[in-house]
This record gives sequence, structure tokens and C-alpha cells, in this order.
Amino acid sequence: MDQLAWLPVHDDLGAALRDARAERDLRRRLRKLADLANHRRDFVATEKLGRYLSECLRQDGAEAATSEARLSPCRLAILASHSVDHLVPAIRVAGLGRRLALTTYVAPYGQYRQALLAGDPTLGEFAPQFLLLALDSQDARLDVPLDGSDADVEAAVEARIEELRGLWRIARQGHGAQVIQQTMVPAEPPLFGSFDGLVPGAPAAVVERLNAALRRAARQDNVLLLDLAWQAHRFSPGAIADPVRWHQAKQLIAPHAAPLYGDLVARTIAAGRGLSRKCLVLDLDNTLWGGVVGDDGVEGLRLGQGDPLGEAFLAFQRYVAALGRRGTVLAVCSKNDEAVAKAAFSEHPEMVLRLSDFACFIANWEDKAANLRRLARELNLGLDSLVFVDDNPAERDIIRRELPAIAVPELPEDVALYPACLADSGYFEAAAFTSDDAMRNRSYRENAERQTMLEQATDMEGYLKGLSMILVASEIRPADLPRAAQLINKSNQFNLTTRRYSEAELEKLVANPNVVAMCFRLRDRFGDNGLISVILSRPDDHVADNALLIDTWLMSCRVLGRQVEAAALEVVAEEAKRRGIRALIGEYRPTSRNGLVSHHYEKLGFVPARLDGAAAEQSEFWRFDIGDQAAPRHFIRVERIQ
Amino acid sequence: MTEQEIYQSLTAVFRDVFDDESIVIGADTTANDIDGWDSQAHITLVVATEVRFGIRFRTAELEQLRNVGDFVRLIETKNPQQ
Repeated sequence: MDQLAWLPVHDDLGAALRDARAERDLRRRLRKLADLANHRRDFVATEKLGRYLSECLRQDGAEAATSEARLSPCRLAILASHSVDHLVPAIRVAGLGRRLALTTYVAPYGQYRQALLAGDPTLGEFAPQFLLLALDSQDARLDVPLDGSDADVEAAVEARIEELRGLWRIARQGHGAQVIQQTMVPAEPPLFGSFDGLVPGAPAAVVERLNAALRRAARQDNVLLLDLAWQAHRFSPGAIADPVRWHQAKQLIAPHAAPLYGDLVARTIAAGRGLSRKCLVLDLDNTLWGGVVGDDGVEGLRLGQGDPLGEAFLAFQRYVAALGRRGTVLAVCSKNDEAVAKAAFSEHPEMVLRLSDFACFIANWEDKAANLRRLARELNLGLDSLVFVDDNPAERDIIRRELPAIAVPELPEDVALYPACLADSGYFEAAAFTSDDAMRNRSYRENAERQTMLEQATDMEGYLKGLSMILVASEIRPADLPRAAQLINKSNQFNLTTRRYSEAELEKLVANPNVVAMCFRLRDRFGDNGLISVILSRPDDHVADNALLIDTWLMSCRVLGRQVEAAALEVVAEEAKRRGIRALIGEYRPTSRNGLVSHHYEKLGFVPARLDGAAAEQSEFWRFDIGDQAAPRHFIRVERIQ
Repeated sequence: MTEQEIYQSLTAVFRDVFDDESIVIGADTTANDIDGWDSQAHITLVVATEVRFGIRFRTAELEQLRNVGDFVRLIETKNPQQ
């Protein structure tokens, strides 16, 4: 088991440990130790680090050094039903890595009840702020016969939960401590096999039931949970709990698992202290998709179904999006051309993350450290609230050196493992989940939008004017074919007829001199939305010779509500007029997905029309007389490219 | 692994666990000879040795580990990895 896999490997941990210990300046020593705490370390190195930390904090001036290092001092009492002394250094070291200066008190082995019920004076004097109840399934076994009924088990579980709740109350009311309750790691192998789950009295089933009840009670009583049972499931048997060590020394957690366990405890306290990270900053190329958008183009990116790598990136995007929904602020910091980077989001059909998911989007060619500083400033967050995810080891290394306050997880080489790595890191460990959290990203975004509105105007017209939109219109050129075909084959909502054309078919259409095949790009003050609309107009047997049928009109929903349609109509009408055309015939073919555009032609000033012989039962038709009718007003400047 | 190689690696384990680069071990070195070799450090030593040599001591063997010579003898029987 490679523990703490999200932490970088130190080149020479042994030498660095000696160097840190020899450092005479207390502040610098503390800083060096904190840096080492955030490197991958086995249990022996962790014990050493813990010893040096204790030495450090015992010295005169430790308090000042601690506060200068912006470590949050915190007293943790550990009450356990098994031996935990070997875990204390790991807890304190992990705490240091998560900006906590932990002082610990360990109640005598197995005396957790007495410590709370009999009023242990040492515990009272210690005045714990957090109290960890580390219990195991072999302590105070529930008295349930193997053939006990469901109700028997329920009653035994409830009795145990009530007892624990009593202890929680004393911890909270008597000591003012926030309780952290550990779930029970199932210690015994299955008795019946999978059938255990169907026997209420089977030991494994009882433990599972107890854990479920613990979680429920913890939620009701505002107790923090250290779900060790769940964590233990994720590792191979024996990786966390080793029966040999249990028999040898009543150690539930094997010594070699101490660094991981210590971190699980520390991250829970950090979450309770509000020290969890708040913002996930993402690189783009080869982090959110395979390939380099500037080189490979939006079409060349590996992202989406049907390609294992593309699916893996898709899964990572989904995980990131879910983090956003739980309240983690999302941001982008990438070496890229901003317009190109944004186009990937607005144009790639399989993109899960949207530009609107990001509270801040920085893409340029300046150095990332400067960009990350700016990003933190713009979001009004401390650097110590950021987690930066970048596939490039060199970039990770630079940021760790330049901005050590930012957490930069070491990523596995395979993107398929990114979500688990990010989850394992515990950087976003939560101590609560409220409706505010679910709304956070949106509110960050809205703040940004509101600011724009305020700058410009207080009404819609002012807003649209303020966007300084430029619609770049051109006939579909060879370079536009892939993206235009992609839009034609993917757009469902803003799509009047939903006719699909392959790239080759489209190429043929475009080559016909009687067809007006236009595509449109929209730029605004925030960047380039890329190619967002396609309109194909062609002669048809059912319309007059001096009219064109609008065979296809589609647009990306990203630019909805910006009056792009009105500006596009002007362009098409003008081009048609230049060719001696007098009327445009619009067609709307309803599908289950395109209700959005059912009034499209009406809104643009088209009038209902009848087409003799045309498939009128499938479509409705609308007429626009060029010269007699005008497109609605809009605030878009049109640039016509020949 | 030769006995000498085992001693070499085991010395590194001892120095690491007890954080003392000056430690020299011999077959008859016991807990009395090394500062800090208490019961908790003993378990750390056992596990660090297991990790270093890629072996596992059986529960029945744990109480046989009284001095360094015991460690080396048991390691030898387990085809340790370099």
C-alpha cells in the first residue's frame, strides 16, 4: 500500500530530516518540519518527524513561532479502547501538514468510559477542544446471540448508541469538546460468507448495523465522524488492521498504517476548524482532457464516450463537477490562449464542465505562480485555501516551491486514478454540508456577473450593450467544416429542423453556388465563444425561384438570449439579397428536444406561410420578405468575412 | 542474502528506528544496550524489519526476538529480499 500517495516524494528525506533538526531558528525549523510533513513518509520517518516536532514545540518561544507560522493551536484528547500511543506522532505530524499545532492527551489504555464518567482530572485540566473516541468492534461486544432476531440486534445496537451518546454529552457539556467518533473496523472474518449480511446476529452484520446507527446518531448530535470502517474497506485486508499486532500489543491500527491514520484524524480536525481547502484550481490540457487544445484543436481533444482515455477524462470532469456542487469553488489556471481555452468549453460537445462552473478562469502565457496569486486575490481567498491540480510534474514542483501554502497533490500518471487521488488527499474534507455549500459556486459566479452588470447598466439593454458583442459571419470555409458538421450533428435544442449532415455531405452543399451556407462566431468582452451558429439556405422545388428555404438553423445554447439570431438574420438576408433573392422561407420541424425554438421565426418577424406539396404535417413554414421586413433590433456589431 | 548483508541492512533499520547513526549491533545486542528500545519501539523495530526485508514474523516467532542474533537467525530462514 502506497500511503499518502498524493504527497510528493522527497529526494532525500533522511538528509532533510537531519537538516530540519539542526536548524537553530525556531520559526525556520517549524517551517522545514511542516514542509516535510507534506511529503510522502513511512511510519519510521513519521515517528522521527513527530519527535522533532515535539522538541520544537517544547522550546521557549514555540508559541510565537507557531502563530507566526499561522498554525492553529489545538488540543486533542484521544480516548481509545485499544492501544494508540504509536499513532500519536503520526496524528501530530499530519496535523502540522494541515496547519494545526496539535497538543495531545491520551487517556489510559481502555479507560475511555472512566475518563469521561468518573471525571478524569487530567482530562479536565487538559481541556480538550477535540475528543476522539477511537473504539473497536471487540470492545464491549454487543450481547446478541447468533440466532438473535432483527429486533434483538436493533435493541442491542440502540442500547450501545445511547451509551455512546451519554459519553458524547459529557465530552461536549463537561469539557466543551467537539467529539470525533470513529466507526468500528470489522475485526472478524465472515462467519457464513456473503450470507452474513442476511443473518442479523452474524458478527459482521451487527458491526455494520452499529456503524450505520453511529453515523445516524453522529449526524443528529453534531458529532464528527472518522469513518474508519469505510476507509478500511478501501484497502486490502490487513492494510490498516493487522491481527498479529492486535494479539501482540492490542494495536487496532498497525504501525505501518500510522501515517495514513494520522492524516485521517488530522483532516477531520482541520475540517472542524474550518481549515479544509475551499477552491480547486485546474490546469486544462491533459488534466481535464487529453491533448493540447492549442495544437490539436477542439475537435482533436480526447474527451468523451467511445475512447477509454476520453472516458477517463470525462469521469474526472464529472468528479470535479460534483465537487463544485458540494461547494468547492472551481477555477482554471492554464498556460493557454484564453480564447482557445474557452472555446474548448463552449464548443466541445462532450464537455461536462462549463465555463459557468468556474468562479475564475485564467488562461495566458504568464507564469503560473503569478497567476495563482492573482486568482486568489480575485476570489478573495487565501493561498492556503487553494488546491492546484496539474498533470505536469514540473509545474507542480514550481508551485510547491514558490507558493508552499497551496496544496499541490501528486497525481498518478493515469487520469483514471485522478478522482480517487483527489478524494484520498482529504483536502476538501467536510465537517458540514448545508444548502449554502450547494449554492456556493453559483454565488461566486453571480457575484462576477453582478459586477459586470453594475459596471455597465441596470437593465437588459445596458447589459447587452455592455457585452460589446461582435458576430463574425462568413460562408462555411473548408477550415470551418469539422466544427460546423459537429454542431449540425450534435445540436438538439436550438435546432429548427434537426437535419444531420456528415462533413462530406456538408462539403457538397457548401460547394453548390446556389446554397447560402453561413457560419457565425461570437466574441464578447469576456472572450471568444467560437463557432456558435450555422444557417444553411438553399433553393427548393416547393419555393419560388427568387426565394430560399432555410434548411438548417442552429445555434449553441451558450449564447442564448443575446439576440444573435437577429444579427444572423440580417447577414443571411443581405447575402441573399446580393444574389437577387427576394424572400427567405423558414422551416420549423418540431422534435422532442427543440421546443425552445418553437416561436423562433415569429419572434424574428416572419409571417406564417403555406408551401404547396411540402411535408406540411411535419413542419410549419414562415416567410420573410427581404426589404419589406426588418430583423429585430440588437446590440451586436457584425463583421462580415468574405 | 549473506549473514553479513543481513547485518548491514539490519544496522540501517536500527539506526533509522532509534535515530542514531552511531549504533553498532552484534548478535548479543539486547534492549538493554540501546537507548529507547522499549516495548513500543520493539514493535516499530519488528515492523520496520519486516518492511525492510519483505518478510513477516509469525505470531509464534515474536517472543523469540530477544536479541539481534534472534532477528538475524529468523530473517535468514525467510528468504529475505535484498
